[in-house]
Amino acid sequence: MDSSQKPPESRTVQEAARAMDRRTFLKNTGLGAVGFLGFAAALSPLLELEKGDLSLDDFLQKHYRELSGDELEKILRELERRTARDFGVEPTISDARPVPGAEFVYALNLSRCVGCRRCAHACVKENNQSRTSDQDLEGSFIRVLELENGSMNLENSEHYYDPELVPQEGKYYMPVQCHQCRNAPCVKACPVQATWTQDDGITVVDYNWCIGCRYCMAACPYYARRFNFSKPKLEPQQINPNQAYLGNRIRPKGVVEKCTYCLQRTREGEYPACMEVCPTGARVFGNITDPDSEVAQIIKDKRIYVLKEEVGTQPRFYYFFDK
Amino acid sequence: MKQYLVFLGNIARISFQGSWRFYAWMGFLTLITLIGLNAYARQFAHGLVTTGMTDQVSWGAYISNFTYLVGIAAAAVMLVIPAYIYRNEPMHKVVLFGEMMAIAVIVMCLLFVMVDLGRADRFHHMIPPFGIFNFPVSILAWDVIVLNGYLLLNLHIVGYLMYSQYRGVKPTAKFYIPFVFVAIVWAISIHTVTAFLYVSIGGRPYWNHPIIAPRFLASAFTSGPALLVITFQIIRRWTKYWIGNEPIFTLRRIMAVAMIINFFLLLCEVFTEFYVQTYHVAASEYLYFGLHGHNGLVPWIWTAIALEFVALVLLVMPVSRQLKWLNVACVLAFVGIGVEKGMGLIVPGFVPTPLGEVVEYLPSLNEFLICIGIWAFGALLYSWMLRVAIPIMDGSLRARPDTPGGSSE
Repeated sequence: MDSSQKPPESRTVQEAARAMDRRTFLKNTGLGAVGFLGFAAALSPLLELEKGDLSLDDFLQKHYRELSGDELEKILRELERRTARDFGVEPTISDARPVPGAEFVYALNLSRCVGCRRCAHACVKENNQSRTSDQDLEGSFIRVLELENGSMNLENSEHYYDPELVPQEGKYYMPVQCHQCRNAPCVKACPVQATWTQDDGITVVDYNWCIGCRYCMAACPYYARRFNFSKPKLEPQQINPNQAYLGNRIRPKGVVEKCTYCLQRTREGEYPACMEVCPTGARVFGNITDPDSEVAQIIKDKRIYVLKEEVGTQPRFYYFFDK
Repeated sequence: MKQYLVFLGNIARISFQGSWRFYAWMGFLTLITLIGLNAYARQFAHGLVTTGMTDQVSWGAYISNFTYLVGIAAAAVMLVIPAYIYRNEPMHKVVLFGEMMAIAVIVMCLLFVMVDLGRADRFHHMIPPFGIFNFPVSILAWDVIVLNGYLLLNLHIVGYLMYSQYRGVKPTAKFYIPFVFVAIVWAISIHTVTAFLYVSIGGRPYWNHPIIAPRFLASAFTSGPALLVITFQIIRRWTKYWIGNEPIFTLRRIMAVAMIINFFLLLCEVFTEFYVQTYHVAASEYLYFGLHGHNGLVPWIWTAIALEFVALVLLVMPVSRQLKWLNVACVLAFVGIGVEKGMGLIVPGFVPTPLGEVVEYLPSLNEFLICIGIWAFGALLYSWMLRVAIPIMDGSLRARPDTPGGSSE
């Protein structure tokens, strides 16, 4: 005790507390009721939650890698049913496991790219991106940058170029998407292992496990990740019904998503949507463990540029030049 | 055991008793908290689209507040070190107020992380065995551990000392002294790990910078004590618990030194960025001068630096030996560092994006309401702890009223 102050007389709480007479009882009950009503009013926006936004099954669902075949099968069918209910189209949602022994790699010819953005549009369609119109590329996993000849400083790049015709004189174009890094900063960042690299080199997200902290987005040096700030907006005719659990199925609200090299296609032996649509043949996709594949040849013979090599991400995405 | 339940019952009872000022203050804080809760319920129902965040600037006010508050939480250590290591007697009388503040502020930090989650309903994915914890790879996983650990340490220390005092017995050293020393190191770790959240991101040069952690410590050791200085004066003005001037002036010296280091580190940072002019300077350029015509943060950062600078001058001058001027310095430092950490540490990390796009960030009204709701809740929690702790500390609440008031150790 400080000497300057006389310690108050010690009392027990029974002595210190006011006796509970009728008046205090009524007052306390009244205050309690006001408090309760205030609390209920504060929570009232929860009534705007849509049906199926929260369910016990979702709450108890395990991580993708811990699911048994039966459990996963049940979840896939349930997801199909819910997509039909919420979006009006019944999709086929597959598991699409990695192809054994394959390692997928992308090479992109900067000498050939003309900046037409067909890849970015094809990406939006293939991957069931939420969009306000068919021209809306904001959610596309591919950003095409317009750069001035003579510089590769991305800080001077133009993201929203819109001329009548491409390519423009004096400019060149660089599409950027997920680089499927061998040393992926996003995978290291995730606190719950909701994103990881599978055996064929594709980094995936378990959209039913992601907690939406967005640390992976901060960690990504390629701006490759997008977040579902709200429930996706899609018209039935915009929906691609060929879907995969870790790939292009319609994402729930509040989770992160990314390019998966169209795993719903590439793991079935098709090319990614962005490559298929490219009019100049600038995009080359393939299995690098096959020495005869075109990508393996390009990486062996061509002049290669690795974007942000200094960050140490060791991408599975290479830029190359013809001349 | 029974005695402990009676103790809890007594606490619950006195929690709701006080003067009309106490009711007005607690009622006001409850109201703001409920407004914040209401805003959060809206966010929960509609998603983070209700915030000002975008794919480009994917962290905003929540993570900024979180980061700033981690600093405040750990500042309790600036009372603990003088009290327990240098055996400073006056500090011993107030150290519990610092530890209680740490508890309230860590709870606020955890709430700021919770409201930032897109899927708060999956929070248990971080808690083994229900979830999978990406430890030790993810720095965020480390942060969860150090923050919760710090909360538990302080809960134990404060709870144990309070209960001993309530029973009128001398606390047994081995039940709390080891925890006090662990908590000292632990406090440094919560700063450091939180700074490492950002430092560990190689793709964002603004953060990938060894000076972030030390500068974060230096500024926190100014803003935290600043809040404590003000709080001590409020406590002695409005409650019966007398706090002398000695702890306040010890904190003044700590703040002065920390502020000098803070400015020195700022100088190191600014020199490295601007003298060399690598293209990594873009984020700093955006922060201090604006980039490609976007200059949303420029007025804020210069205001913050001006406030901090005036605080520094006041703190090192004899004039701040007068409480009036010391209080001015404390308010300036607390606000200045808050603005600087809030606006200047998180957002510029995202501007420009790694692909060079400049998108500015402004919190939405709903986001702002959630933030002030959490601040009000923190104040509510701290006020409640004071309401319960002060009668125990000044000896007016005892298990057996005839026992002499124990010392506050």
